[in-house]
Amino acid sequence: MHFTVVFSGLSGVCDRLRQARVRTPAAGSFSNVVSVKMATVLQFPASVSTFNNYNDLYPDWTQREVSTGTTIMAVEFEGGVVIGADSRTTTGAYIANRVTDKLTPIHERIFCCRSGSAADTQAIADAVTYQLGFHSIELDEAPLVQTAASLFREMCYRYREELMAGIIVAGWDPRRGGQVYTVPVGGMMTRQPVSVGGSGSSYIYGYVDSNYRAGMSKEECLKFTAEALTLAMERDGSSGGVVRLAVISEQGVERQVILGNQLPKFSTV
Amino acid sequence: MATVSVCQYHRGGFSFENCKRNALLEADINKLGFSSPAARKTGTTICGVVYKDGVVLGADTRATEGMVVADKNCSKIHYISPNVYCCGAGTAADTEMTTQIISSNLELHSLSTGRLPRVATANRMLKQMLFRYQGYIGAALVLGGVDSTGPQLYSIYPHGSTDKLPYVTMGSGSLAAMAVFEDRYRPNMEEEEAKRLVRDAIAAGIFNDLGSGSNIDLCVITKGKVDYLRPHDVANKKGVREDKINGRPETGNYRYKHGTTGVLTKAVTHLNLEVVEESVQTMDTT
Repeated sequence: MHFTVVFSGLSGVCDRLRQARVRTPAAGSFSNVVSVKMATVLQFPASVSTFNNYNDLYPDWTQREVSTGTTIMAVEFEGGVVIGADSRTTTGAYIANRVTDKLTPIHERIFCCRSGSAADTQAIADAVTYQLGFHSIELDEAPLVQTAASLFREMCYRYREELMAGIIVAGWDPRRGGQVYTVPVGGMMTRQPVSVGGSGSSYIYGYVDSNYRAGMSKEECLKFTAEALTLAMERDGSSGGVVRLAVISEQGVERQVILGNQLPKFSTV
Repeated sequence: MATVSVCQYHRGGFSFENCKRNALLEADINKLGFSSPAARKTGTTICGVVYKDGVVLGADTRATEGMVVADKNCSKIHYISPNVYCCGAGTAADTEMTTQIISSNLELHSLSTGRLPRVATANRMLKQMLFRYQGYIGAALVLGGVDSTGPQLYSIYPHGSTDKLPYVTMGSGSLAAMAVFEDRYRPNMEEEEAKRLVRDAIAAGIFNDLGSGSNIDLCVITKGKVDYLRPHDVANKKGVREDKINGRPETGNYRYKHGTTGVLTKAVTHLNLEVVEESVQTMDTT
């Protein structure tokens, strides 16, 4: 979700920063994002203004930050988790990558679903992969999904002003089985049986809340996730491409791709 | 675990001390009606494709400074290591220096490991540097090469995100080039077909984007061999001035030939004038 701020007389200059960093404040907290951005604009106008003088020659999408517009989803079931994501990465109105893999392995049986700024989420995922790998070698056993989620939360909360990242951490560990933890923008962390995220998630909260049942099987979860993602992709402009799914369980990770023409069909779609 | 330490005294690197002063100067200049000088950008079309034996990288050769072409034949395919090359779009200085820094570090790394460097290593180094500078280094890169794991192609954005894909385009002409790729790309192409495809994609950028122009440079990287074709295709030949054909010196002769305009009538009137005063002013031609 983007919070558009227009400063009279400075709207062009702010444009680039606006797209890159401004976000909705977390529920219940007062955000000083606006004042922070004003200070930054005055400090670095030289680099920003050159972009805006030549709008004809350099179209909008050459100056926008790359964002995984996205719909991501994760569901717990008995024995593991099912995770899914769309495959679209956008810079403004241009689709920079139509086959993105937003399901990033963090460890052998722990994945994360990335939404928000592509650069931020890739950098965070790389850092957490390193930290978790090191931790796992120290322990000489498979890390807990909660540990991975905690590492994400630490980073996302500490640098909350600089980052735009909404992440769902999901995986299987021997102690607690399949788990889904959500770390939205702002750095909160909570465990949920089913979690959706990204710009497309707004359109499927109703579908998810009404169709989720506890105790679904693996196949039912896969069908549920694929249908939810399809519905979101149809309505959200920043989500689209193919549906990537993964099942993480004690046996390991099974990945699959549902191409555009194979997506489930709905009557209005 | 190591976290970012804010209290370190930084020697070298970027200094943002003058930004406030520059902002005030720019405001003053704009008030007088002038515009401050723009950073030279490579408007650019760059692209890359993975084919059967390796990768083909392509780039145009125009560098623009605002609406003026600053360099008609600049080189946008930069050397990273013997098996890895990188095309750069965005701010010319940023792409040049960033690729040189990473090339230098990669050579040291390669000496330390005793192995030929990997494309993924160059990608990691580039993305971590660009992310550190939060997008202020305006370098959008297409990185390609062949290493022990096979041919690889990455696109790297100024904020530090990367995508590993079989075909990529970047720069202001990237939409035109991508249109060509989406139409004609096939996996496992032969070398000639891949070169033709990249050449056509860059040509699409050159002829349909104002920020790209001049020639087409190609770089074909295979296992153990690199073909740096500069220029591969002179797509825009400069016209020959009329006088050069006749062998006359520099200034162009734009006069119409005698008889172009037909003369209908001719009337001559003599003016009887007396010379009253004559004065000579010598020009200082030293």
